[in-house]
Amino acid sequence: MAAIEQAGAPAKPIRAWSEPLAFAAMVLLLVVLPAFVYPVFLMKALCFALFACAFNLLIGYVGLLSFGHALFFGWAGYLSAHLAKVGQLSFPFWAGGWQWIVIPLPPLPPELAILGGTATAALLGLIVGSIAIRRQGIYFAMITLALAQMMFFFAVQAPFTHGEDGIQAVPRGRLFGLVDLSNQTNMYITVAVIFLASFLLIYRIINSPFGEVLKAIRENEPRAISLGYRTERYKLMAFVLSATFAGVAGSTKAIVFQLASLTDVDWPMSGEVILMTLVGGLGTIFGPVVGGFFVVTMENYLTSIGQWVFVVQGSIFVFCVLLFRRGLVGELAHHLRVRL
Amino acid sequence: MFEVFGVSSQALFGQLLIGLINGSFYALLSLGLAVIFGMLNIINFTHGAQYMLGAFVAIFLLQYAELGYWWALVIAPLVVGATGIVVERLFLRWLYQLDHLYGLLLTFGLALILEGTFRNFFGSSGLPYSVPPSLTGGQNLGFMFLPNYRAWVVAASLAVCLATWFVIERTKLGAYLRAATENPTLVRAFGINVPRMITLTYGFGVGLAGLAGVMAAPIYNVSPQMGANLIIVVFAVVVIGGMGSILGAIVTGFGLGLIEGLTKVFFPEASNTVIFVVMAVVLLIRPAGLFGRSA
Repeated sequence: MAAIEQAGAPAKPIRAWSEPLAFAAMVLLLVVLPAFVYPVFLMKALCFALFACAFNLLIGYVGLLSFGHALFFGWAGYLSAHLAKVGQLSFPFWAGGWQWIVIPLPPLPPELAILGGTATAALLGLIVGSIAIRRQGIYFAMITLALAQMMFFFAVQAPFTHGEDGIQAVPRGRLFGLVDLSNQTNMYITVAVIFLASFLLIYRIINSPFGEVLKAIRENEPRAISLGYRTERYKLMAFVLSATFAGVAGSTKAIVFQLASLTDVDWPMSGEVILMTLVGGLGTIFGPVVGGFFVVTMENYLTSIGQWVFVVQGSIFVFCVLLFRRGLVGELAHHLRVRL
Repeated sequence: MFEVFGVSSQALFGQLLIGLINGSFYALLSLGLAVIFGMLNIINFTHGAQYMLGAFVAIFLLQYAELGYWWALVIAPLVVGATGIVVERLFLRWLYQLDHLYGLLLTFGLALILEGTFRNFFGSSGLPYSVPPSLTGGQNLGFMFLPNYRAWVVAASLAVCLATWFVIERTKLGAYLRAATENPTLVRAFGINVPRMITLTYGFGVGLAGLAGVMAAPIYNVSPQMGANLIIVVFAVVVIGGMGSILGAIVTGFGLGLIEGLTKVFFPEASNTVIFVVMAVVLLIRPAGLFGRSA
């Protein structure tokens, strides 16, 4: 996995202040931007930026390419939307015939809905992760893609997702029973806080001893095994964490847009999050954020050209892989010789 | 007419035949993927789009050159193979020194470009392509009705698969190929032009996808997204079979087609997902795949 270019980490991190400075700039932008840009657009970009950060945790720091991250993003969205709108959960089980266990829940407030969606993503991450890490490299990508496709078909057929219509008109509700989220400013602040908190948590994970082991696995897995690390467990843990943060992003997006639909679980979404991370810079901390904003902005301007969007996305893939493997932030960090 | 587990033989064998047809395409496509992966170490995500391209070339040939199915069967794989060679020379050859993942990402991008372009010109609805006159009609086998064209597809794809196996495993050319897979540097030292061999291998594997596209054209609607969902199923087939063995890819392809057909009869809700479930079970029991050597 050493061949993934580590633009974000030059041999000697010369200026240690680069990351805090960039973080401060990002917070400043999040405060100032709503005055100039439509907040719903910003919230969408933040959700996708967080999704890309979660994905980058896996590809950038463990070197595992998941081609099925839409699974966690989309299913967390479904659960979050369902909990906020309906609440009641029913599970079928087999006891000589199909029966239903019903957990009678009222429609939940947004914080619990997001928590529920996130927990679903974590659970799915545990299941998918324990199957997928049995194979490495290219097979890992194909397995995650196949499992995500399986859950896509499940989402098409399961009654609670409402198939093609999706779960519509999800109430935003009141955060902690106090803050009315139907107010756009309140919603924006909530999303920004969720984004920044998750971002800091991901940063902390990457720079913890656990994160160092992940990077060691990325660089040379047999060596990490020979040093006594049970790499399977580390990889599974990283996978679950990545799925969980993808779940935070998906759940939040469902509340913001009051909608959970098939688009978010389908494979083009998995491709899109790869594109965001690749454009921003694999294995850089700020890259996925920049990439997320870049792709969402681009799609915003390109809605009029219809199917050509796929052609543009595909061309960016080809361009980035051939000539721009460091990505926007990676290239910047390389030239300034700092970590970003 | 007779019944099996409360299902009429007509329905059962009808679904099994559809399964066998799907299996033919799984086998042809996963074979191409395996051959390409063996030489290039790249998983060709464009394979589904190239299969779609084959079907569209057949349609173009009919519309603009009035060349029918049998011509398409020869020309389309050559055309698709030629575009593959261009792709390999222009893009893929820069990636051999890099991580495998970049190959997957690049071919994914190419698939988006191809499918997006076709969708832009032909929309999402399918175009019909009729069965060649010499293969219309069918045989009544007593327990089921067998359309001639479908029998031809199964037989032809089986023949192509076995011929590919024979060339790779039993001829001198195949021996060069296998040697170059193991140790390209050494094979080059013997004076064999390995880069050209790589290019031609990619062209051949992609040509197989084009051939599958032409064969599929009269059965399924020819539409820009006909390959997109298929390629994901084929990936699962490849994971189940393992890419180590060519016969393994063929057997797994046909076998999974049959399993899918049976599921359609007895538990239709699961027919879309059964192959993925089989994949998960195989991974839990035999992580290297049914015919794979451990990775």
